[in-house]
Amino acid sequence: MTAARRALPALVLAGLFALQFVLGDYDHTNMARILVLACFAVGYNIAFGMTGLLSLGHAMFFAAGLYGAGFSAELGGVAPPAALAAGTACGLVLALAVGLVALRTSGVAFMIVTLMFAQACFLTILHFNELTRGDEGFVIAETARRFALAGVVLDAADPTVRYNAALALFALAYGAYLALARSRVGRVLVGIRENEDRVRMLGYDPYRYRLFALTLSGALAGLAGAAYALLFAYVGATFATTQYSIYPLLWVLLGGAGTALGPLVGTGVMFVLVDRLSGITSSYLMLVGLALILLVVLFPKGILGTVGQRRARNRS
Amino acid sequence: MAFESHLLLALLEGTVGACVLALTALGLSLVFGVMRIVNVAHGEFFMLGAVIAWAAATLVGGPPALSFALALVTAPLAVAAIALGVDRLILRRVAYQPDATIVATIGLVYVFQQAVLMTFGPEARAVAAPFQWRVTFPGFGYSGVKLALAGAALVLIAGTWLMLTRTHIGLAMRATQIDRETAQAFGIPARRVYALVFALGAALAAVAGVLVVPVQQAHYLMGGDPLLLSFIVVIIGGLGSLRGTLVAAFVIGISDGVIAVFFSPTLAKIAATLLVAMVLVARPQGLFGRAPS
Repeated sequence: MTAARRALPALVLAGLFALQFVLGDYDHTNMARILVLACFAVGYNIAFGMTGLLSLGHAMFFAAGLYGAGFSAELGGVAPPAALAAGTACGLVLALAVGLVALRTSGVAFMIVTLMFAQACFLTILHFNELTRGDEGFVIAETARRFALAGVVLDAADPTVRYNAALALFALAYGAYLALARSRVGRVLVGIRENEDRVRMLGYDPYRYRLFALTLSGALAGLAGAAYALLFAYVGATFATTQYSIYPLLWVLLGGAGTALGPLVGTGVMFVLVDRLSGITSSYLMLVGLALILLVVLFPKGILGTVGQRRARNRS
Repeated sequence: MAFESHLLLALLEGTVGACVLALTALGLSLVFGVMRIVNVAHGEFFMLGAVIAWAAATLVGGPPALSFALALVTAPLAVAAIALGVDRLILRRVAYQPDATIVATIGLVYVFQQAVLMTFGPEARAVAAPFQWRVTFPGFGYSGVKLALAGAALVLIAGTWLMLTRTHIGLAMRATQIDRETAQAFGIPARRVYALVFALGAALAAVAGVLVVPVQQAHYLMGGDPLLLSFIVVIIGGLGSLRGTLVAAFVIGISDGVIAVFFSPTLAKIAATLLVAMVLVARPQGLFGRAPS
């Protein structure tokens, strides 16, 4: 690995930190949103990009984090850092439980089982309408979002606090992905994606490794959901719909499945495209659909995957 | 209304729903069985059928029976043509890889929905029934149109079944399903069979969409429920087993109708989805399917 590549993560994070002094108010908020959603996408990438698990149910882990943090902050009166931890724990536990059952299947069956579980979660949120307020959702009060950290009172509604909290969470997810990708476990996960039988023959149990990958993936999705609730003060059932299971898939595919920065690039590009387009037409979902089709047919490796491929070809 | 009449009504509603569901799920099951791919856009073919039926009734006009008959012929043909295009431009290019096909057909869901939203609009639109007829049962009257539509669905299912088991094309389809390479060695053009199966699957969904339009309104988001129910039916019936699909469609369709009349629909849906997930985990080959050899 060249020195330039080793320094890349630090450069990226420094660039993202510097970005907040350049962006205007509107883009500043959007960038914070992108960073939180990219954290969700990094989690999805661990399951899909690294391990090859095509899940259509990640919205339930995001929603678990969202409601876990939302309920603890709004109803439980818990401080935001603890609410964030509670939300992450909800995502982790749900992913572990779903994984224990769903990972007994593989391929198409796994996709359908995750879709079904996510649908059941969404319907459950609607069923307990009095508590969750269903589609309408609820807003987390200002006071529940203020907290003291090392003697300084911070407010999650303050743009600077929000941006840097989002960046810190993204750095955490990004660091976790890099550490995993370079570890022995990460190599086994890639091995399972590429050739499961061979990995099994080498003496590894693919089920346990997949369960680990899905649980970590769900925990990061839960973290992103919890952060979204606390930073943007809104909790609603929309985030549990199938659409929010498809988004991370799209973001990861667009950026490049199985690449460390792909999730951020994909989330950023898609967010900006949708944001600009919704000013012109209300059917931005057409773009989402076309992007999915074009990616699969023409650029299955996504933006960073294609760039990496070109570079490797030039070098040889 | 007495309990018996209530139950009879629930059973009737369930049976009518089951016939249409069986027709829709048959298309999904056929595509999965022969091509080994999951078409997530199957529900949108159903929706397109319903929307085309509305277009035939409004744009062509004339007596409802005539425009309905026209829709029954044109909608499946138009949707089959669209499906042929999808097969040619997308599925063949990704070589029918399972994961790539799923992602691409998810994309198609949005494309079809938004295309219909932009042209047809967000309103739910009703289509006049082809005829008016009321059947009297002890305690209540029932729409004869619904019974006729269920009958039509059964005729179409029987027709598809005969085509698969009695004709040369059906033989080619079944041969490709059992062993693609051997079938090709015997001169069966597998590519053309794939295209044909995909178009036939889409046409079955579209014709089911036409059949529901007189009793249920056409809407650009109407494809979601049939897709989910078809998934459930195909799984319970065993992935790739047509007989299992038909049995499961009637079991699920009728119980769905009865449950909807007597219990909270959301709770029933939660229980059903969890049940299906468990079935798939415990018996990946489905309740009626055979384990792959």
